[in-house]
Amino acid sequence: MAVKDRIKPIVRELNERIKDFNEVSLGYTWELAVEEAKRCLQCKIPTCVQGCPVGIDIPGFIKEIVQGNFQNSYKILKKYNSLPAVCGRVCPQEIQCEGSCILNKTGKPIAIGLLERFVADWASENAIEEKITIEKTTNKKVAVIGAGPAGLTNASELAKYGFKVDIYEAFSEPGGVLIYGIPEFRLPKSIVKREVDFLKKLGVNITLDIPVGYAIEPEELIEKYDAIFIGVGAGTPKFMNIAGTELNGVYSANEFLTRINLMKAFKFPEYDTPVKIGKKVVVIGGGNTAMDAARSAFRLGAEVTIVYRRSEKEMPARKAEIHHSKEEGIKFQLLTQPIEYVGDENGKLKAIKCVKMKLGEPDTGGRRRPLPIENSEFFIEADIAIEAIGTNSNKLLLSKFKGLELNKWGYIKTDEFGQTSIPKVFAGGDIVTGSATVILAMGAGKKAAKKMKEFLET
Amino acid sequence: MLNQIVEKKKLAYGVHLFWIENPIISQKAKPGQFVIFRVHEHGERIPLTISGTDKDKFRVIVRAVGKSTYELCKLSKGEYIKDVVGPLGTPSEIKKYGKVLIIGGGVGIAAIAPIAKELIKQGNKVDVILGARSKEYIILENEFKEATNIFIVTDDGSKGEKAFPHQLMEKLLQKNKYDVAWAIGPALMMKSCSEIAKKYNLKIFVSLNSIMVDGTGMCGGCRVRIKDELKYTCVDGPEFDGRDVNWKSFLTRLSQYREEEKIAFENYLKKVGEPTWL
Repeated sequence: MAVKDRIKPIVRELNERIKDFNEVSLGYTWELAVEEAKRCLQCKIPTCVQGCPVGIDIPGFIKEIVQGNFQNSYKILKKYNSLPAVCGRVCPQEIQCEGSCILNKTGKPIAIGLLERFVADWASENAIEEKITIEKTTNKKVAVIGAGPAGLTNASELAKYGFKVDIYEAFSEPGGVLIYGIPEFRLPKSIVKREVDFLKKLGVNITLDIPVGYAIEPEELIEKYDAIFIGVGAGTPKFMNIAGTELNGVYSANEFLTRINLMKAFKFPEYDTPVKIGKKVVVIGGGNTAMDAARSAFRLGAEVTIVYRRSEKEMPARKAEIHHSKEEGIKFQLLTQPIEYVGDENGKLKAIKCVKMKLGEPDTGGRRRPLPIENSEFFIEADIAIEAIGTNSNKLLLSKFKGLELNKWGYIKTDEFGQTSIPKVFAGGDIVTGSATVILAMGAGKKAAKKMKEFLET
Repeated sequence: MLNQIVEKKKLAYGVHLFWIENPIISQKAKPGQFVIFRVHEHGERIPLTISGTDKDKFRVIVRAVGKSTYELCKLSKGEYIKDVVGPLGTPSEIKKYGKVLIIGGGVGIAAIAPIAKELIKQGNKVDVILGARSKEYIILENEFKEATNIFIVTDDGSKGEKAFPHQLMEKLLQKNKYDVAWAIGPALMMKSCSEIAKKYNLKIFVSLNSIMVDGTGMCGGCRVRIKDELKYTCVDGPEFDGRDVNWKSFLTRLSQYREEEKIAFENYLKKVGEPTWL
């Protein structure tokens, strides 16, 4: 029997969507969701579940969609995943659940992400309140540092176990990368707010504007709480550190996106925080952050080129993001490495000196190593450059945790359940693994919560 | 209540002193550290040096230069600042040096006051130069009473000697030997003082007022070249040895948003009219 095609989601018209920051994909209607859900083979041994970092009962929630029991479906999702509306949108499903779907061999895996998103949105639109079952309340207290995906998930799990949870966040809004990093057109901020409100209903207390390490010493937390979870992410941007990095017009993707997303610079001067829009913007990097920065700059009205040192095949960004970026009109300058920023007499960026690259032998990560081609230097005109080449750990907080062991890259050393060298202190997400995905951070937060429960109960 | 303005005073035209209630910051802050304010929901994040603490409150002194600082100065006692984050930054390296020269220019005097106080407490002999464009802007003078010597300079000669701080600094260095210096004030003043310090081979701390967003090392916007290295003012600083700072790029980066600042400021003045509160 021929495998039916995947049901396509509703995507906003190109000409309309590139003019604003509203969400690009509108997802499924319920008719489309049911139709897609019917394609699921309901495998006895579901390989998709093995591909999910938080182990969602995927056939289970899809079966309920087929039967029109969206409420039950939501209940199943929420049991495994505290942020389904987020994950349905930003998880790299193609390498996780959908990549492991038995139908992936045919090129038509079940659109699990879109279904997850549909159910979560349906529940929100219909104001379905999840029945919260708190296992049993205890007087044990937990501090969570950082209100990003890892911290929020960890807090939610622990609150459901019955512990008293206090989250400390340095920014003025909870959400971490979901708020400052991922743009509105990919993840509306109202969704993050909804998920955070749910946490508050669980009794989690969130204190904002608190830079732990400065405002509160780690020792104070260790004394006051029975366990601590560090989920501060890998927040320090890397720069290539080529000549001219301090020229005006050179940004880290973190800064560019934070100004736009958190500080709403795209609404300047209605909001006070400015961002340089630029006429010709060059984004350096090939990951999701590079695509986010490029598409944001494009929406602000710039001509945008992505410069990446390998070929498109090696780009770590999701295929869908690369596709959307190209479709929207972003140019790709592949196999190119910037080597110098050139400024004008006022210290403003005017061009980027680059060198052409070729691919050599695979490196230890398995990707082919880019090598410069001799005498291939050329210039790209640009008044804004945005480096999206990854992040490092923020050593500041970590250096203040006495006895906390770090690995050679400066991230926190933990066992497979997130326990650090200080028994009371757990960690998860990018601050353990280095830059990764929202779902992996959530998975780590969840796993650590389980171990923390055991720790707190013994 | 958290972040309430419990005291406000106009020190000079456009220079306002605030005491803000925030026990966490007041109990943790050390000289040299700063806070970030967001005055209201649509506001930008502005870094301000902490100029002192007292029980549950801390002090900042603000000079109105653009929209955000005009708005801040418009707030009255009893009102609240929407967001206050801090303390941030690495504290001043305060220890027993011996003889210390401290230079404060304009509103930078507010930043050096707690540093001078702490250095004296640690047993240092402290000479202070206070500089401003005219006599009204020599603020907090009575907070330096315990200094060994206090020198005042103004651009117009309305108080003290008619000179720039770095000029008096050089005069002092010709006669005296200091173990370390601090200079905090306008970027050009800090640059000039750093050049003099270099000439006399004197270590000099300056506090850089880079443009920043988060203040926790996350955006990299405040990066500055110190010798050959890129450093983040918010976490590696704000104090650096002024002799190592690449002043040219630092000054250029300060002017990054000049056009946008102008737009925001003009729109604001159109809305509020004459800023009578300054």
